Amino acid sequence: MPFALLKYGLNKDYPFEQDADLPAPTSLKPHYDAVIIGGGGHGVATAYYLAKYHGITNVAVLEKGYLGGGNTARNTAVIRSNYLTSEGVKFYSESVKLFKDLSNEFDFNIMYSRRGQLTLAHTDSAIRAFRQRAEVNKHFGGKTELIGPQEIRELVPTLNMNPGHQPVLAGLWHMDGATARHDAVAWGYAKGATQRGVELHQLTEVTDVLVEASSSSSGGKVTGVKVRQGSAEHTIRCGVAVQAVSGHSTLLAEKAGFQLPIVSYPLQAMVTQPVKPFLDPLVSSPAFHCYVQQTGRGEIVFGGGSDPYPLYNSRSTLELKEQLLAHAVELFPFMANLKLMRQWTGLTDMTSDYSPIMGLSPVENYYLDAGWGTWGFKSTPICGQAMAELVATGKVPELIQPFSADRFSEFRQVNEMGATAASH
Amino acid sequence: MKIMPCPLNGPRNISEFTFGGEVTPLPDVASAPDSEWAEHTFYSYNGTGVAREWWYHVPSGYWFVAERHRVTDEILRTYDPSELPADALNNQQEAFQ
Repeated sequence: MPFALLKYGLNKDYPFEQDADLPAPTSLKPHYDAVIIGGGGHGVATAYYLAKYHGITNVAVLEKGYLGGGNTARNTAVIRSNYLTSEGVKFYSESVKLFKDLSNEFDFNIMYSRRGQLTLAHTDSAIRAFRQRAEVNKHFGGKTELIGPQEIRELVPTLNMNPGHQPVLAGLWHMDGATARHDAVAWGYAKGATQRGVELHQLTEVTDVLVEASSSSSGGKVTGVKVRQGSAEHTIRCGVAVQAVSGHSTLLAEKAGFQLPIVSYPLQAMVTQPVKPFLDPLVSSPAFHCYVQQTGRGEIVFGGGSDPYPLYNSRSTLELKEQLLAHAVELFPFMANLKLMRQWTGLTDMTSDYSPIMGLSPVENYYLDAGWGTWGFKSTPICGQAMAELVATGKVPELIQPFSADRFSEFRQVNEMGATAASH
Repeated sequence: MKIMPCPLNGPRNISEFTFGGEVTPLPDVASAPDSEWAEHTFYSYNGTGVAREWWYHVPSGYWFVAERHRVTDEILRTYDPSELPADALNNQQEAFQ
């Protein structure tokens, strides 16, 4: 084994291992009804619901790396719907509901765990904003309420109630908040989709999007994609294409010939050594720019806002880690003694209103699943369902109509800036 | 820490600076249609090459321009806005400064 490992270590090619739950890779067909670019959670969820609810199985999911290996593996696996706008809360609530039953649906454990999510207020203005969010959430059937210091103490006895001279005044207690194993969500969807006949092609990079002139659309009409598998190049024709490549949305859209109102920032997160279970809810503080949660394995996950300036790079910076951890240690002083075990960086495609972009693009039959900033994982199931309906019917489902790319040129933004777990 | 070579203050820690977006010409205030303002406000460079960006040195209140690579994070050049080429801004923005 050590020799085999050394061989892989020195090899430029990524070793490919076939998952037992997935069918062996087949060669690409010349034509598919639908091509989904990006084999992360969103891509495979779209394929899954296309096959399950719409009977469309002549579908290929094309993934540059490996299944769920991009930002699906880099988020901090928070499931919540305590957003600010009616459009946002309606959308994310549907996702929270779907997550609950995914393990049964897949017959595969996604380790869904409903813990509740607590956001801390350190100022009067934060309390006012929380009160509004609680009411909007209740209106759409969510379980969210404003709680006081005594209740916070009971929920999180280890929390420092007076961190950095900014006392915790109140909290937004979102009982529907949960976590799940992010990889397992992608695996479950991929398993379900491939069992129904969808093809998943890993290590298959889309190098170009083929668009031909169309009388009904100024951006043209998608006819296929060019892909690269190792050194081999193929051209695939398709009826419909969906782009679900969070972190690289603008770069792929450029290949299809249009711009997106997105700027990509790195987001750094990290995890400590495992300790005994002590923290049940997911705790976040926008004023302290961080969120803290304990995984089922006992590790503590720290995440914060995106980096302060845009970059396509998953490098690590000490200054961001120091800043984030200083804040986390203010909230939970005893964590100063813990050791960090791993750190990683994902790419967040930020929109100026902190909401996603879903629906039609300037190119006919080319659909967008983009702009997933720091809210992508939690929307995986509902986004997959909505995108599948869009692909099958050609009509944008009502639930995602507010999130169209046109909203920026029409000045109808869905402003969720105040509802991110850690302000940016 | 990453160092930003500030044209006014010399090399300083990047934590002293704030990113201010891409340098783009301001639409004509009197006549630009809404679509041009939307384009100016919401769409900016997000490619994998060198971007010309506004940066602000917070302690000294100084805005300047940096040319930075969006993949390697290398800062290739920094200079005072007065050194920008004539077409990078328009008259109104120059008058504002």
